[in-house]
Amino acid sequence: MKLLTLEVFYVIVGAMLALVAGRIARDPAHPRRWGSALFWALLAVVFLGGKILPPAVVGYLVLAMVVLASLRQVGSSTEKSTTRAERAAEADRLENRLLWPALLIPATAVAGTLVLDKIHLGDVWLMEPKQAALISLGLGALLALAAALRTTGAGVTAPVQEGGRLLQTIGWALVLPQLLAALGGIFSQAGVGVVVADLVTRALPTQFPVVAVAAYCLGMALFTICMGNAFAAFAVITGGIGLPLIVQQHGGNPAIMAAIGMLSGYCGTLLTPMAANFNLVPAMLLELSDKNAVIKAQAPIAAVILTANIALMYFCVYCF
Amino acid sequence: MIKLIGILVVAVGFALRFNTLLVVMAAGIVTGLVAGMSFNEIMTLFGKYFIENRYMTLPVVLMVPVIGLLERHGLQERAETLIRRTRAATAGRVLLLYCAVRQISISLGVNIGGHAGAVRPLVAPMAEGAARAQHGAVSAKTVESIRAHAAAAENVGNFFGEDIFIAVGAILLMKGFFDAQKIEVSVWAMALWGLPSALVAFAAMGWRARALDRRIAREAAKEAAR
Repeated sequence: MKLLTLEVFYVIVGAMLALVAGRIARDPAHPRRWGSALFWALLAVVFLGGKILPPAVVGYLVLAMVVLASLRQVGSSTEKSTTRAERAAEADRLENRLLWPALLIPATAVAGTLVLDKIHLGDVWLMEPKQAALISLGLGALLALAAALRTTGAGVTAPVQEGGRLLQTIGWALVLPQLLAALGGIFSQAGVGVVVADLVTRALPTQFPVVAVAAYCLGMALFTICMGNAFAAFAVITGGIGLPLIVQQHGGNPAIMAAIGMLSGYCGTLLTPMAANFNLVPAMLLELSDKNAVIKAQAPIAAVILTANIALMYFCVYCF
Repeated sequence: MIKLIGILVVAVGFALRFNTLLVVMAAGIVTGLVAGMSFNEIMTLFGKYFIENRYMTLPVVLMVPVIGLLERHGLQERAETLIRRTRAATAGRVLLLYCAVRQISISLGVNIGGHAGAVRPLVAPMAEGAARAQHGAVSAKTVESIRAHAAAAENVGNFFGEDIFIAVGAILLMKGFFDAQKIEVSVWAMALWGLPSALVAFAAMGWRARALDRRIAREAAKEAAR
C-alpha cells in the first residue's frame, strides 16, 4: 500500500479549485462572476472525479471550459492584494525569512527523489516510488505553506485568496499544456507523425545517423515556429522522426534525444511571433517601436544554440 | 497529407489571434474527423488525455497558495532588494547576471522573474541605468536595443534553465510521451542531458551581452567625437 499517490494530490488540487470557484461565486463585484466560477468548478470536477468519470464525459466538460474561455466568460477578480507600501514594510520586517519557505519546495523535491521514496514499513510505503518527483514536490508545497503561515502569521484564508488571485491571473491558460498534450495524443492516434516522418524520410537520406539527428532537431525548431509551442511539436516530431529514425533505426539513447530535442524546439520558440506571450507581449510591455525587436535580438542566440544542439546530439546520442 | 490539416488550423488560428484553447481543440477535432473518428470518439480521446495529463497542472495549483501568501508579505520586494545590491557596471553584465540568476533559480524549481514581474520594472531599468552611468546619455535606438535584449535574457534564462528541473512541464511531458510508447526513460537522465545546451545558451547570451556593451561604447565614442 502507498500512503501518498498522485491521486491524493489531485484531490487536494480539486479541493483548492473548488474553493476558488466558491469564492468567485460569492463575489458580486467579480466582472465575469458566473462564467469564471463555472470554469474553475468544471476543472475542480475533472481533478476530483478524474478516476471515476468516463473519459467522454470529461471530454465534454473540457469542451464546455473551452467554450467559456473563447466567449470571454473567464476573467480575473477585482479583489485587491496588499499595496506595494504594505509589502515593502513586510519585506523589511521579515527579511530573508521570506525566502526560506520558497526554498523548502525544491529542497523537499530533491530530498524526496533521493530518500523519501525508499521509506516503507513492511508493505506500507510512504509514497508511490514511480511518481516520487511529483509527489515530493506536492509535499514540499504543503510543507512550505505550513512554514509560510507560521512565518507570516497570516490566517488560513489568505493562501486560498492569494492562490486564487494568482490562478485567475493565469486564467484559462492554466489548462493549455494539458490540452496541447491531448492534441498531441490525437495527432499521434490519427497518424500525423507518420505522415510527417514519411515526408521527411522520403525527402532526406535518413539512413545516415547525422541526417536523422539534423532532421529531428531542425524539425523540432521548424514545427515549433509553426505551432508557437515546443510541447505540441514534441509529440509529433519525436513520434514521427525521433523515435523511428534515431532510436529504432540507429539505436540512439531516447533520454538524450528527448532532452536536446526539446531544447531545439525552444530555439524555435525564440524565433516565432506565434509564441506571443514570450516575444510580442514583452515588446509591447517594454514600449518598443519594432514589435519584432525581441525576436531579432534572440535570432543569433537561437542560431548558436540550435547548431550546438545538433552537434551535441550527434556526438552523444549514439554513444551513451 | 490531409491529416496535416490540424497543423494548418493551429497556424491560421494563432495568426488570427483566436482563443488559444479554441484553436487547439478545433485542430484536434478537425484532425480526428479527417482520420475517420466520430465526434464522440474525439471527445473521449480529449477526456482520456486530459485526465492522464493532470499532473502537468498539479505543481502550479499546489504552489500558488504558498507563493501568493509570500508575495502578499513582500517576497518580490525582498528579492528586488537582494538583486539591487548586486550592482554590475555595464548593461550587458546586468542582463547576463539576470539570465544566470533566472537559469539557476528555475533549474532549482524556483520560478522568479518574468517579463511583467521583473524585466520591465527591474532588469531593463537597471541595464539602462548602468549604460547611462557609464556613458552619459544614450540614444533612443540604444535604449530599444537594451530593452529587447533584456526580454531576450528573460526568455533564454527561462527556457534553458527549466529543463534541468525534473518537476516541470517539459520533462514531465517527455516522460508522459515515453510512458505512452512503453519506453522506460529516467527523468533524471533527461534533466542531466539538458545541461550542455543550457551552458551553450548561457555562453550565447554572454556573447550577445558583450556585443551589446561594445555597440553602446562605440556609439558613445562617436557621440563624444562629434
